[in-house]
Amino acid sequence: MYQWDFGILWSYRWLFLNGLGVTVGFTVVIVVLGLVFGLFGAFGTLSRFRAVRLVALTFIEAFRCTPILVQLIWFYYALPILAGVEMTPITASALALSLYGGSFYSEIIRGGIISIDRGQSEAGAALGMTPSQSMRRIVLPQAIKRMIPALMNQSIIQFKNTSLVSVLAVPDLVYQSQVAAHDSYRPLETYTAVAVAYAAILIPLTIMVRRGEKRLAVGE
Amino acid sequence: MSDTSKIEIRGLRKSFGSNEVLKNINLDVAKGGVVALIGPSGSGKSTLLRCINLLVTPDGGSVRVGDTRFTFGEGTKLPDVKTLAKFRTTTGMVFQHFNLFPHMTTLQNVMEGPVTVRRMARADAEKLARAQLAKVGLAEKADQYPATLSGGQKQRVAIARALAMEPDVMLFDEVTSALDPELVGEVLNVMQQLASEGMTMVIVTHEIAFAREVADRLIFMRDGVVVEEGPARQVIDNPQEAATRAFLSHFHRTGALPPANAAP
Repeated sequence: MYQWDFGILWSYRWLFLNGLGVTVGFTVVIVVLGLVFGLFGAFGTLSRFRAVRLVALTFIEAFRCTPILVQLIWFYYALPILAGVEMTPITASALALSLYGGSFYSEIIRGGIISIDRGQSEAGAALGMTPSQSMRRIVLPQAIKRMIPALMNQSIIQFKNTSLVSVLAVPDLVYQSQVAAHDSYRPLETYTAVAVAYAAILIPLTIMVRRGEKRLAVGE
Repeated sequence: MSDTSKIEIRGLRKSFGSNEVLKNINLDVAKGGVVALIGPSGSGKSTLLRCINLLVTPDGGSVRVGDTRFTFGEGTKLPDVKTLAKFRTTTGMVFQHFNLFPHMTTLQNVMEGPVTVRRMARADAEKLARAQLAKVGLAEKADQYPATLSGGQKQRVAIARALAMEPDVMLFDEVTSALDPELVGEVLNVMQQLASEGMTMVIVTHEIAFAREVADRLIFMRDGVVVEEGPARQVIDNPQEAATRAFLSHFHRTGALPPANAAP
């Protein structure tokens, strides 16, 4: 029978906290950047111009249909060779994760926008609004309400995806716990604690999302 | 007539794919005139109405409202979005399914055009919007959301929203077709009042008795062409074409307007 000893982890607390800080900070960056990419992607796929739609669609499918782990490694190792751009592991992984997340956000935002009845933008147009005015005043305020639960869900997935940056030696929670596990010879305790840490942050968030969904459903 | 007319349409053509829905349509509406467009579904009457404010872009022909004329077809450039938007401020449109903005109160719905499009100060826009709501008999519903209103009330708000742009022309696209029968009257009453105030109106409708009462001209369309046109009473009481007679035989053509439950 294995003898659990979580007490041993206490001496690594600063390492864990450091890693957790990097993980949370990294998530904030890739969620914000991802939403920006997602917005461009969504409006790209809804563009009047075929060429713009094609570019946006190619971007979305390229990132949506390849594994994020492959993208991370590709951005760090392959891009410098092909394009001659040297990137730090942090830049490479922030970019890869933001684009990956952005491709999913794109589809959520696009879906939210097209779910709004055509009659709404027609009514705006009939009042004399330009397409951008009716998007801003009429369509988006209604669409955003519908997108929020799905965007939150995708952001939760993004939070967990940051664990992959440890393969590029970005010192996030997983990377730091690898260090701790090797040092303490206590991988079981270490990784259990890491899993608990992720869950402790995400479970309150998922409860919030569920409550939000219920509130929105009442408003419909 | 074309010198004094408010709306002038010449040689209008429109196809959706291989389906030709408008074939060489000509239409004049005098200033202050009320024209009713009737016809079976698929006859092109709604498409024609939507060509007047260019919600639908014609394939050929010309559309003039007031002093602004657009020509379509080979070798013409489509108007850009700013020109189109400006053009549409002179025409108000009311839709079959209301298309009220559900995330705004009734008052905000009516204020939206003046504030966003006409760049009116909020206080002035609110005054204007309250006056329009009062005109359609819904002053006390200003702070409610559309979801809490009946169909007839929603449609009256939609009329107030269009009127708040102070348009020269009002277009009505089967505005009573989605209403319960007992709610039709209150909407028709508002429209009748507008007509009596001298608003230029084009009305796509299945309310033949209303068209007979309120419209001065009537146009019967079928399969994308104007089959018969003339003074409303004359066409309804004594149709010349067999197709018009066949269509009108489905309706009670005379009689009182449906009673209004809430007089505006």
